[in-house]
Amino acid sequence: MVYIVGVGLTPVGNHWSKSLRHLAVEASVKALEDYGKDVDYVVVSNMLSGVINGQENLGSYVVSHLGKIGTPAIKVEAAGASGAAASVVAQGLISSGMAERVLVVGVEKMTDYTSLEDTTSALSTAIDSEYEGFPGGTLDAMHALVMREYMKKYGVNREDFSYFPLLMHKNAVDTPHAQLRFKLKPESYMRSPMIAEPITLLDLAPVSDGAAAIVLSKEPDGPNGNAEILSVGHATDTIAIYRRESLTEMPAIRAAFSEALERANIERGSIDLYNIHDYSSVLGYITTEELGLAERGKAPELFKNGGADRDGPTPVNPEGGLKARGNPVGATGVYQIAEAFLQVTGRAEGAQVEGAKTALTLSAGGLASNVIIHLIRGV
Amino acid sequence: MWAYWQSVPAHWREIPARYRLEGGECQDCGYRMIPREDICPKCGSRNVKPINLPRKGNVVNYTVIWNAPRGYEYYTPYVIAIIELEDGTRLTAQLTDVEPSDVKEGMEVEMVLRKTRVSGESGLIAYSYKFRPLIK
Repeated sequence: MVYIVGVGLTPVGNHWSKSLRHLAVEASVKALEDYGKDVDYVVVSNMLSGVINGQENLGSYVVSHLGKIGTPAIKVEAAGASGAAASVVAQGLISSGMAERVLVVGVEKMTDYTSLEDTTSALSTAIDSEYEGFPGGTLDAMHALVMREYMKKYGVNREDFSYFPLLMHKNAVDTPHAQLRFKLKPESYMRSPMIAEPITLLDLAPVSDGAAAIVLSKEPDGPNGNAEILSVGHATDTIAIYRRESLTEMPAIRAAFSEALERANIERGSIDLYNIHDYSSVLGYITTEELGLAERGKAPELFKNGGADRDGPTPVNPEGGLKARGNPVGATGVYQIAEAFLQVTGRAEGAQVEGAKTALTLSAGGLASNVIIHLIRGV
Repeated sequence: MWAYWQSVPAHWREIPARYRLEGGECQDCGYRMIPREDICPKCGSRNVKPINLPRKGNVVNYTVIWNAPRGYEYYTPYVIAIIELEDGTRLTAQLTDVEPSDVKEGMEVEMVLRKTRVSGESGLIAYSYKFRPLIK
């Protein structure tokens, strides 16, 4: 058994005055202070430091700046699922006896690229760069293909996609570490600039800097709250979407979810909240459908009718999700697990789901080509 | 920018696929793919032979890109489409010689060789397949 025993977050946003190292150290120190003891391993998660910051070898890099020279440390990458993957590796280190307490720190510093073209290039390394990226495709374009297919198959229009970002922004207002803490007007969504038709700027997660850290331990020995990682479900799909059978189904999500439920031996009804990977509105919708929260093609109604609200029957992203909490890509998975940890220990401040005991986090790399689900329960 | 900076060998070794749609055909299950894989993604067979894929097909799905990655700004707005070739093989390609507003699902297209990416003033000028509306 592995427990989450400490947490530390930096606000998500544009940290012009902070480098990759400042962010990683800030979150790590907070998590270690929250836990109150030292760790014997460090697992860093990140996606873009090699591309954007010209820095790899993040294991050594982080421990060097954290004053922990000598401590074993590595970096784990799985695009948008990097943070969840780092948690998986850390759990393996503990289960195998290689470590007793592991610091998992996710960090991403995206704003050092100051033009959208370069940021788009960097993010698009998550798709097949030789046969989707090279012809001029982008990660956003792949989401656009999925959105067009979804609209055609279920006969929904652009307005139906507004319900997702509207709820995410509303939730983020109450989240201290969120990037976009303001409400969105429906008319702003409809006027949003086109990125890749039919995807607009307000369908997509923003560009973000941030770092999140958690401490995992083999004992529930955190002084400020503990949560058990009940299970992990993990599955992959083809990286190039032109080879997929369907664009409106995400079989890797289904596989990871049923595996996670089986391993945890719990019913889906006992999950109190869902922290999902909504890089785009349409991915948010399809994910909720694959998790069984809505029938196929009916996710827009779930979000329109309050079913996914923080005080609704199946809360989705009570902190605001990638859309409004922000998406420092390689750190996002750690933010998700950290938020779930705060929820199930009753420490989620303004974003708290009343009485939450069990939470699901779902992180996705690429276009849901690498899906990792955690089931987490407060103890 | 490093992400899209193309070296000569990185482009050169993809030439069979990018210049003439050379893909692969699984000799065990018949599945066709581009690029050719050493292992069939459908059945796991290692018996995959090179094959020249048909150069005509139709548009299955498409998006108009307004926010281009570095190195593609010149073409904006441009269309990225999933094309289904006449034998059923699918690939992602850029459309050319067409206004984005004229693109339709099901539109018949054919392959042409076009300049695709210029890696800066002194870098490689890479050519590859694009698809244009079929000239009948």
